[in-house]
Amino acid sequence: MTSESHVAPGGLPPWADYALLPLLNLVAALAVSALVILAIGENPLAVMTVMVGEALGYPEAIGYTLYYATGYIFTGLAVAVAFHAGLFNIGGEGQAYLGGLGAGLVALAVPGWPWWAAALAATGAAALFGAAWAWVPGWLQARRGSHIVITTIMFNFLAAALMTWLLVDVLIKPGQQSPESREFDPGVWLPTMDRVLGWFGVTVAPSPLNLSFLWALACCGLVYLFLWHTRWGYGLRVVGRNERAAVYAGISPARAVMLAMALSGALAGFCGVNDILGVQHRLLLNVTNGVGFVGIAVALMGRNHPAGIMLAALLFGVLAQGGGQVSFDFPRLNRELVMVIQGLVILFAGALEHLFRPQVAALFRRRGEG
Amino acid sequence: MEDAVTTILLLLDSAVRVATPLVLAAFAGLYCERAGVVDIGLEGKMLAGAFFAAATASATGDPWLGLAAGVTAGVALALLHGFACITHNGNQVVSGMAINILVAGLAPTLAFAWFSLGGQTPLLPGSARLPAVAFPGTAAAADIPVIGPVYAILFGKVSVVVLLAAAVVAVSAFVLYRTRFGLRLRAVGENPAAVDTAGISVTRLRYQALVVTGVLTGMAGAYLSIAHGAGFVRDMTAGKGYLALAALIFGKWRVGPTLLACLLFAFIDAVQIRLQGVALPVVGVIPVQFIQALPYALTVLLLAGFVGRAVPPRASGQPYIKER
Repeated sequence: MTSESHVAPGGLPPWADYALLPLLNLVAALAVSALVILAIGENPLAVMTVMVGEALGYPEAIGYTLYYATGYIFTGLAVAVAFHAGLFNIGGEGQAYLGGLGAGLVALAVPGWPWWAAALAATGAAALFGAAWAWVPGWLQARRGSHIVITTIMFNFLAAALMTWLLVDVLIKPGQQSPESREFDPGVWLPTMDRVLGWFGVTVAPSPLNLSFLWALACCGLVYLFLWHTRWGYGLRVVGRNERAAVYAGISPARAVMLAMALSGALAGFCGVNDILGVQHRLLLNVTNGVGFVGIAVALMGRNHPAGIMLAALLFGVLAQGGGQVSFDFPRLNRELVMVIQGLVILFAGALEHLFRPQVAALFRRRGEG
Repeated sequence: MEDAVTTILLLLDSAVRVATPLVLAAFAGLYCERAGVVDIGLEGKMLAGAFFAAATASATGDPWLGLAAGVTAGVALALLHGFACITHNGNQVVSGMAINILVAGLAPTLAFAWFSLGGQTPLLPGSARLPAVAFPGTAAAADIPVIGPVYAILFGKVSVVVLLAAAVVAVSAFVLYRTRFGLRLRAVGENPAAVDTAGISVTRLRYQALVVTGVLTGMAGAYLSIAHGAGFVRDMTAGKGYLALAALIFGKWRVGPTLLACLLFAFIDAVQIRLQGVALPVVGVIPVQFIQALPYALTVLLLAGFVGRAVPPRASGQPYIKER
């Protein structure tokens, strides 16, 4: 698979490459979304206004928006780390699911622990489970030559089957019909941000936003340091750029591939801490709800850089929260409109990322000559 | 004894039903991947086909218009895929993913806006569904012992789409291996530069392949919503596009083995429905989820080379950039 971009001749200044082009792609995606809304018979401007208002207009909404953004930061970073090693990890969904399993099993096993000890153990377990679920496709690609895209897709289905079996036949709360585990001991729940800030005398509106948001921000910093300031991160990027050069430089591509996938899976696995330990407080089906796929859009929009990913995750958080609320105000719209916009953003920011490059480059050339 | 025979026949009959959309989607993938364009957007194109077929059939009452609409939707998305990855050299996997997510959102959104039924289309009456036909003589043969009932079960009521799928398999075998178009198509997936040097347009060939992909995925979707089913429901493809992709890999991108893989996966599924809750000797009750996951697990093992080697077309996934 080729993932390297084809840089058009007549190079652009970096700011145009990293800010202007993604912005143009985003505008194009939103413009097509507006056409869809118009075709349905609603006013796109009114819809977008409500969307932003419902996502950022009042404190509770901001909490929800940041809660969604937390998951997207994790999966966005996961996709980006793999991408730097030249790998396209479509398995974020399964890895997040398994990460939730890891966090949940710990939470079920340690009633009576203080929350911070449980949180540390659960976060570690989430990382371990997510990493293991991603490492296998990594190993299969590095050692057996199978294709990471296909195997990670297959692993998403295997994860779904595994979780359904576990919840239906094994972990189900005795005497209950719906496939979910018993609720965790309230002592081990991950504190919500309103509770945490309350300890410091700051009052904010209650929302699902929890401590894992801070961990997500920390992960942005850690991923940045790892990729650009460690030897392993360097090796990983070299393998992604040019595998043969990596071999000559004494870097083992196989090892870099497995490392990248394990890290990627661990990052995706942290979604489980956010959702399972922070909000649901029990294991249940389909918690991931597309977070792995949105991660692809987030990484593409954010140009695979942690700073960009933070901004893109915020954008998609606004979409998830505001888009979900739009259906209450506009009788002809429903929740799935969010997926339409997400799909269009992936299309324009990812597959059609060079759509406007020739025109923009021509514009810059003309200005340079004039 | 007779019960066992009936059971097996019913199994085969339901396997054929399950296999039909898989075969259509897998052969759709066969054309574009043989031409060097990876398509993980089969799922989305199928879903779009299913929705537009049902919506049109519901609005007009004509199933054939529905089929045409489903095919049109499939082709439109295939051309979008082509625009992104052939014309603009975009990432083929990203483009396929985008199409899947876009359609997963667009189909229920439009259904909600047009029919106000919570993301579904209305239940279609029999006249708005693609017909099933009886093979000649099924009624007359019914009195013949053994052969008569067998013939009646298997050929008494066959959806036209099943026949179409059978025709697609036969025609594809011929087109891919016996025609100039097929030869060029296979060549462009292996070595586009050579095809280009021979003065044949890589771009044109790949677009042609994608149009075939669009037609077949549209048909597969229409089968789900207006032939096998009676209307569109949310997420009605339920991963069949990915399963078709698995079958394509399992069939090593060849006509015969891909067909067999589709039939095998469909048979596993039919058996699985029969075996739910039944205790088998030695192993006991196998959880449904394990049997359902079998095709995916088999594909992983195959790709890892544990059950033979699956080598994709050499140029698949790579945009072709003409040297200047």
